[in-house]
Amino acid sequence: MDAGLVAAQLLNGLQLGVLLFLLASGLTLIFGIMDFVNLAHGSLYMVGAYFCAELTDATGSFLLAVALALPATALVGAAVELLVVRRLYRRDHLDHVLATFGLILCFDALVQILWGPEGMAIRLPAWADGQQHLPGGLVFPTYRLLIIGAGLAVAAGLYVLVVKTKLGMRIRAGASNPAMAGALGIDIGLLFTLVFALGAVMAGLAGMMIAPITEASIGMGNEIIITAFVVVIVGGIGSIRGAFVAALLIGTIDTMGRSFLDMGLKLLMSAQAAETSAPALSAMLIYILMASVLAFRPQGLFPPKSR
Amino acid sequence: MKKTALALAAAAALLASPSHGDDKVKIGFVTTLTTPAGVIGRDMVDAVNLAMQDIGGKMGGLEVELIIEDDGFKPETGKQKTDKLVKQDDVHFVSGFIWSHVLLASRKSALDGGKFLISSNAGPSQIAGKLCHENFFSTSWQNDQTPMAMGEVLNQQGVKSLYVMAPNYAAGKNMVAGVERTFKGEILGKDMTKWGKDAQLDFSAELAKAKASGADGIFVFYPGKAGGAFIKQYQQAGLQGEIALYTVFTVDSIALPNLQKAGMSGVLGSLNTQFWGPDLDTPQNKQFVSGFKKAYGRYPSFYAAQSYDTIFLIKSAVEAVGGNLDDMDGMRAAMAKADFPSVRGPFRYGNNHFPIQNFYLRKVVEDADGVWTTTVVDTVLKDHQDVYATDCKM
Repeated sequence: MDAGLVAAQLLNGLQLGVLLFLLASGLTLIFGIMDFVNLAHGSLYMVGAYFCAELTDATGSFLLAVALALPATALVGAAVELLVVRRLYRRDHLDHVLATFGLILCFDALVQILWGPEGMAIRLPAWADGQQHLPGGLVFPTYRLLIIGAGLAVAAGLYVLVVKTKLGMRIRAGASNPAMAGALGIDIGLLFTLVFALGAVMAGLAGMMIAPITEASIGMGNEIIITAFVVVIVGGIGSIRGAFVAALLIGTIDTMGRSFLDMGLKLLMSAQAAETSAPALSAMLIYILMASVLAFRPQGLFPPKSR
Repeated sequence: MKKTALALAAAAALLASPSHGDDKVKIGFVTTLTTPAGVIGRDMVDAVNLAMQDIGGKMGGLEVELIIEDDGFKPETGKQKTDKLVKQDDVHFVSGFIWSHVLLASRKSALDGGKFLISSNAGPSQIAGKLCHENFFSTSWQNDQTPMAMGEVLNQQGVKSLYVMAPNYAAGKNMVAGVERTFKGEILGKDMTKWGKDAQLDFSAELAKAKASGADGIFVFYPGKAGGAFIKQYQQAGLQGEIALYTVFTVDSIALPNLQKAGMSGVLGSLNTQFWGPDLDTPQNKQFVSGFKKAYGRYPSFYAAQSYDTIFLIKSAVEAVGGNLDDMDGMRAAMAKADFPSVRGPFRYGNNHFPIQNFYLRKVVEDADGVWTTTVVDTVLKDHQDVYATDCKM
């Protein structure tokens, strides 16, 4: 096994992990603080991607488009919270799932009406479209390095926001005990809207970052949201730190499984059997991880304190 | 109260009564209209509507009713919709089907229901071989044929080693089997990726492996949206010039507009094989391509071409029996002759009712208007029949 390939796959795993973190951090906050199961989080990921594609067309600049699409996605998130989600907090989780599943259908249909079924490509600026030569002879797509950089920067920013600021203190208080936080005079309604919009922005950013690679397409968030839920559960519900570690772990496991599992299996069985079973098995790896975490540490790897 | 009950009973009786006298040709068309793959379904539906217009909405003097259903990219939904077309709508022809796994799940419902089943795209090996049926016809190809043509091209181009990527489902396996059957060099690696409603679209890990394998070329089959995504990542990873790209059913008029918009010029000049091309010089193809471009402002895909043919095949059957839709034998015999103007030019059907036809080498080029398209450069396989026909006892 060559070291260059392993290094490249570690970077690929890191890139996937960072993307998962952006999605999962919002999900875990919403789940942890509001006790709200938001299946439609993936729709905000899609909305972000479409906004960015439309704005890239309009402005001709990908970076400017991202800068404009972020607040636009935040507004959509806040609107969803105020119009729909707000009415559901007192209901049980099944109602959350039903209502947000309905939201997914609405968002998918809206996107189909507005932009058609064919999806939207985003043209990257030339400086982001090439490859970088890294130490050790490794050649890696520039844009994927940018995703890693941006994702880590957002993670750091989120850390500062949650740990060092007053808003962060309120968010943490809300995550630990929303009832008590409310009793202490924190405007829970406003806090919930803010957190939801924050989650929407991060999901939207993830969508904007993946769209130049895979295109913005209808239902693009519906698959990755399942993986994001796995991240939330493995990391511990409501824990940003847990989401970060779990996202990187799952990104790496998934990538490594896709890369090297068939090679490993070929040592144990015939080449043909390995070829057919490896994709199935590597798709299962992250669920195996989740099942083991649930069995041995049901609260997740890094549950928030006092829960 | 009594009145309501009566009205309800009357309504129920209406619903239960046979839904057609034989005064209308009913054609069911199952395709994918939702999920990102809905873009393929749109192309097919557009082509079918164009064909309906071109025949004036009539076959053999009868009105034609088209019922379009969405399989949602799922075999179980495809089967349900086929059941509905067979039992509730009582159609004469069940057609469409992009996906091999959807067709495989749906075939029994249509054939056991005594309907003609016409695949406008999917060509799984099973239906060409052991599961062949007298009432099944294809207006496309058997899955293995196009990659077999590509295997020959690879040999001609002097490609010694190959990396292979395809989605992990019935057609993906056929495509890989096809290229392996004719390609004489060494296959250095193979990835079968997750497919379906939640298909894998990020190929970073697989592309890194392909690159590390040091193969001369990479053979891929990624239909629909996945094709565009793959090509972009291939270029972003800097693989063009390092590992040459050979595709089947991947670089088509569905993927190309978005690739052009994203500036993925690496795809220009890349080679693929196909039974058809928008510039193929036949009278029917000229009418079809110019009509399609006029009506919808874009190039038709091969999915559209096959769907267009589907309507003309059915029309030839209905006309041969003079509109007597109870004459299944007559219609079957007429279709088996392939006596209709096909976009691919004249062809004949094999014993398994798959076309025996040419396969062409096509290159991605920019047309006179600056639009990216494909052009036929060579004939790779002449009058080619699929290898599973011998397993078909018919």
